[in-house]
Amino acid sequence: MFNIISTIAGILFGFGLALSGMVSPSKVVGFLDITGNWDPSLAFVMGGGVAVTVISFHFLLKRPHPLFGGRFHLPTASEIDRRLVVGAGLFGLGWGIGGLCPGPAISSLAYASPKIAIFVIAMGFGILIAKKLAPPPST
Amino acid sequence: MDNFTPILSLAGGLILGISATILLAGGRIAGISGIISGLIPPAAADKKWRVLFLLGLIGGAALFPTVGGDISYIDINPYGFSDDLHYVALIVGGLLVGMGTSIGSGCTSGHGICGLGRISARALTATLSFMAVAVVTVFVIRLVMGG
Repeated sequence: MFNIISTIAGILFGFGLALSGMVSPSKVVGFLDITGNWDPSLAFVMGGGVAVTVISFHFLLKRPHPLFGGRFHLPTASEIDRRLVVGAGLFGLGWGIGGLCPGPAISSLAYASPKIAIFVIAMGFGILIAKKLAPPPST
Repeated sequence: MDNFTPILSLAGGLILGISATILLAGGRIAGISGIISGLIPPAAADKKWRVLFLLGLIGGAALFPTVGGDISYIDINPYGFSDDLHYVALIVGGLLVGMGTSIGSGCTSGHGICGLGRISARALTATLSFMAVAVVTVFVIRLVMGG
């Protein structure tokens, strides 16, 4: 059952990213370029996404169990620590350089660009390296 | 403000929110970096839904042009790098995105769309941090490239 939910959610997410403009690194850089020829479009992506989740999550998480059964798998960390800020900073640096974050990078594989594939492979190695060299303290 | 697309971007964002809602109705957070991370050693035990979600991502993006969506706007080389330099940028950028999202436990979707939806202070801190660093990064690259 959850496999079907996950597939549908994935398809919607990929479609939403393509529609939103997030799959274009130039669009992303145009959004981040606030002192240049700024294109604020992508603020509407996060705004639209959060407008939905802030309402839907409120009701979904009131329940003891997920609507479709099983249990909630939620992040347990609550502390704002150095890992969070350093990690987010490294991510921001890579996002600014490549213009791609993980979702759009995977989605863009649909458009068969070898350069996107190289980014995705490098991203996979980045995760592997971080897991080996800087594993979270709890695991 | 060339190429300003508030309606399409808002519509895309709403769809992302709906997707995250569906996944949470199944108990999971739609954080793409976390979903990928579970497939990379040491991997999580539950791989199938992760693979299906990621294949769905590719499928959904592939579907977009077949229903009349315009993908001609996509430009993967925003700074006009030479081919060689662009490869370096993609490799360095990819490594940093992978390491950063792993260490920082999330990306634009997990911290941005889902974490803010849960009104998490951690997610807000992460989102402000990666946005700020990305803005500075773009500023510096533009400065160096003379654009």
